[in-house]
Amino acid sequence: MAKPEVGLNPTSAPVHGPGAAAATEQRIFVASQWQLMWWRFRKHKVAVASAFVVIGFYLAVLGADFLAYADPNASEAQRSLMPPQRVYWFDGGRFGPYVHAFKGARDPQTFKRVYRADPSEKIPIRFFAEGFEYRFLGLIPMTRHLIGVDGGRDAAKTIFLLGTDVQGRDLWSRLMYGTRISLIIGLVGVTMSLALGVVLGGFSGFYGGSADTLIQRVIEILRSIPTIPLWMGLAAALPRDWSVLQIYFAITIIISLLGWTELARVVRGRFLALREEDFVVSARLVGCSQMRTIFVHMVPSFMSHIIAATTLALPAMIVSETSLSFLGLGLRPPAISWGVLLQQAQNVQTVAISPWLMLPAVPVIIAVMAFNFLGDGLRDAADPYGR
Amino acid sequence: MVGRSVVTGPGTPPPRETLLSVRDLKTYFPQDEGTVKAVDGVSFDLYPGGTLGIVGESGCGKSVTARSILGIVDRPGRITGGEIRFRRRAAAGAADPVVDLAKLAPNGLEMRAIRGAEIALVFQEPMSSFSPVHTVGSQIVEAIMLHQQISRRQAREKTIEILRRVGVSSPEQRVDQLSNQLSGGLRQRAMIAMALSCHPTLLIADEPTTALDVTTQTQILELLRQLQREDGMAIMLITHDLGVIAEMASDVAVMYLGRVVEQATVDQIFHAPRHPYTRALLRSIPRMRSRSRERLTPIAGAVPHPYDRPSGCPFHPRCPDFMPGRCDKEEPTLRPVGDKHAVSCFLYP
Amino acid sequence: MLAYIGRRALLAIFTVWAISVLSFAIIQLPPGDYVTSYVAQMASMGSVVTDEEAQNLRIQYGLGQPIYVQYLKWMRLIAQGNFGTSMEWRRPVTEVIGDRLWLTVVVSVAALFLTWVLALPIGIYSAVRQYSVGDYVATFVGFIGLAVPNFLLALVLLYLGFVLFNAHIGGLFSVEFQDAPWSAARVWDLLKHLPIPALILGLAGTAQQIRIMRANLLDELRKPYVVTARSKGLPELTVILKYPVRVALNPFASTIGYTLPYIVSGSIIVSIVLGLPTVGPLLLKALIAQDMFLAGTIVLLLGVMTVIGTLVSDILLVWIDPRIRLEDT
Repeated sequence: MAKPEVGLNPTSAPVHGPGAAAATEQRIFVASQWQLMWWRFRKHKVAVASAFVVIGFYLAVLGADFLAYADPNASEAQRSLMPPQRVYWFDGGRFGPYVHAFKGARDPQTFKRVYRADPSEKIPIRFFAEGFEYRFLGLIPMTRHLIGVDGGRDAAKTIFLLGTDVQGRDLWSRLMYGTRISLIIGLVGVTMSLALGVVLGGFSGFYGGSADTLIQRVIEILRSIPTIPLWMGLAAALPRDWSVLQIYFAITIIISLLGWTELARVVRGRFLALREEDFVVSARLVGCSQMRTIFVHMVPSFMSHIIAATTLALPAMIVSETSLSFLGLGLRPPAISWGVLLQQAQNVQTVAISPWLMLPAVPVIIAVMAFNFLGDGLRDAADPYGR
Repeated sequence: MVGRSVVTGPGTPPPRETLLSVRDLKTYFPQDEGTVKAVDGVSFDLYPGGTLGIVGESGCGKSVTARSILGIVDRPGRITGGEIRFRRRAAAGAADPVVDLAKLAPNGLEMRAIRGAEIALVFQEPMSSFSPVHTVGSQIVEAIMLHQQISRRQAREKTIEILRRVGVSSPEQRVDQLSNQLSGGLRQRAMIAMALSCHPTLLIADEPTTALDVTTQTQILELLRQLQREDGMAIMLITHDLGVIAEMASDVAVMYLGRVVEQATVDQIFHAPRHPYTRALLRSIPRMRSRSRERLTPIAGAVPHPYDRPSGCPFHPRCPDFMPGRCDKEEPTLRPVGDKHAVSCFLYP
Repeated sequence: MLAYIGRRALLAIFTVWAISVLSFAIIQLPPGDYVTSYVAQMASMGSVVTDEEAQNLRIQYGLGQPIYVQYLKWMRLIAQGNFGTSMEWRRPVTEVIGDRLWLTVVVSVAALFLTWVLALPIGIYSAVRQYSVGDYVATFVGFIGLAVPNFLLALVLLYLGFVLFNAHIGGLFSVEFQDAPWSAARVWDLLKHLPIPALILGLAGTAQQIRIMRANLLDELRKPYVVTARSKGLPELTVILKYPVRVALNPFASTIGYTLPYIVSGSIIVSIVLGLPTVGPLLLKALIAQDMFLAGTIVLLLGVMTVIGTLVSDILLVWIDPRIRLEDT
């Protein structure tokens, strides 16, 4: 420690003490709002990990075709309800994953198909193998997949990483496509919820008065009704003859109607809080129009809160679609989503024999957890000047 | 009877009449980043009816000392060493009237019988020191009934009486009010009433007036003095305000970074301070008679970070009389330098 | 306080009205005329509906008239206790629903009760012993509750129960009591079967409430009045329970109102997975079979029941402690 001078002038910049604090403060002072948010977010290790998981999911959405190796709709009764194949990673000491071929036979007593691995026939797993044709991003025709087998174009010879369902369709490939659809519906649904929520919540919060009271009452009414029966009813009422796409769209609308109340509350709360802030009042006094005040001055202040609330609302959307489809009221085959995949697992007897049918539950749980953690992290970081 | 406390150093057995004698008290807070030695060897004596002022900057350990005496140190802090010898009331019926509070289980029967009944606490936050959802009266009644065997109705009457005694107007109505219906000054009076409700022998007042405006401050201090005269209880007054010390205390202990650096009577502290810290404190008080535009004299440097305690004497980095080689290597201890005056500094070997 | 109750009651009435409109919409949604399909269905089963009967039905339900007239007629029928006939079961809707509605109430209330009984002590413990092992365990279980959708949890538990214990954990009654008349023994049987469905239903809510209680209590524990209570010599348990918990309970209590609809909602799907004899499986079947009167009535009754339950709980709360400050949004 430096020897202090007698009496008057405080020494400059000790390692601890007032000097050091001032330097850090200076750095915080000049950082932008987004930088601050990023720094705070970074401290939440779990939230950062979740962010990676979420990015991973959406990469899977883009590359679902690439990640799948079998046509998700190719059914083959001979391969019904095959259990997942065991992957052997080393072939004679070298890295070379392979599986054994399966021979299926019908058990003469139970009439159920029974599968036995045939150790004599090894089917090596190839990376970036050729498989069925698809269009990457809907534009580029490709036949390469992440994994596959030789002669992969022939749909009969393939591997079954996660087994097959009752119609003999490969579960892994279906899972990839299901991930894509479920996550897209979640995203679109939450966007619609957000739009509804922002408009109504903003109106409510910014203008106040009778519009506010009315919207508030509507929200309260909606919150006190058990929603699932209502939406089941709406979903069931969709005409059977609608195309897959139309149903897709309708289901998205239905689930977005579930979540907007929460977002509206957040938006309204923020507007109410901000309305009294000095910078908003001064914007009006300076002569900004209402539109300008809202969009240029107020919205950036609560943007981070909205992002956090939206991220937290996504899991509800995903679970809603999954549950509706699980019951058979949401998306219907040939559409594939996590809920449609889980429909096969409705029955405990079925599941007891073929437990791999429950595997689509795993990405649901991971996605819900990841979005929740991410949203929590964002919400904590969204208040850069808070504790 | 206003007794004078005779200040002694550590190692000396307390004279027979002390009410409270603290010897080498240590209270540490183990944290992930290191151990904070909030109280690191504090000793003082308190006599029945006397007023001991404990003065020091924020963070010097005054409040933790008070909490240690009462056994309500926040987790993870614990008393790790030293003695707190307290003389209990004869009527308490304990075999040995002197008990070491540091050895008692904080949540045990004996400590809780002492807490509130024989040692009471009044502290800084009048705004939030009462529960917002219970009436003021019910909280005082609870204190009374906890320690005295009387009926609820009698307790309520006593509550009204004591509220009246501390100067709360219309006590019969106030008893049923919530604390947010009272002003800051009234709340502090109610706190004092609650503390006094069981006639403690020692009242610990931890910054009782810091959050009040100056007029109310004076009234509260006057109230404390009056109650002390009437009941003969001892007061341990903790504050950073030297003016309050001058008005109230008969003896003073100056603390810095968890240690007592000087103890003396109030006259000695103000007119003949020995320790460099005490002197710096007194120098830094703005003077009424100073010429205008005269600079204030702050103490050089800043209070060290709790994890970064200086070696040797804790004050040496800021001390104008720093002696290199000694002050940064060895720790000074409290030694008598005169009648009722002790200092912990190598200037006075 | 009376004003508050009055406001809540008024809102409840409006909500019930909104539910009736929505339920009616569900009934009306499928294309086609109800009576035509009814007649066709009857015909396919071999019984004949005469033209006169069909016409009477038409008048009764107001078909062919503007929609609001139909709605009013339906309301009038309901007021008389006539909820319509189930097409699939060919019996009055009330008969088909039977006990199921009450069982739904029982399961939902049990879940709500369990939520509170679990969430409060665990939340309190978590806050008081922050960073202890118990705290981490509670947080972890809480995450499971939040992350795993309740019907998936039901599915997994069913599977585990079946495979590991060869037990069927679904259902609310043992086989011998399933269709038996009500008796003390049947009630006891029901109580024995309740915990698992109630737990599954309530887990998400419990996790949520644990977090809220923990956060609230952590805030309150730092406050000076806790120090005051301790300094009086109160035992530590009393200090915690009587003061900061009491204050932390306030915002907590006002969240009950929205837990009931959430639980009732969840019970629909969970009871389908677990095969509980509640309204859930019946509703699903009705919707798939487009048995609209049954479906619409179930939705209506569920909604009304929920609103009444919420209203009762609001009144109870205010009656227990008028000082509860509720958000006036």
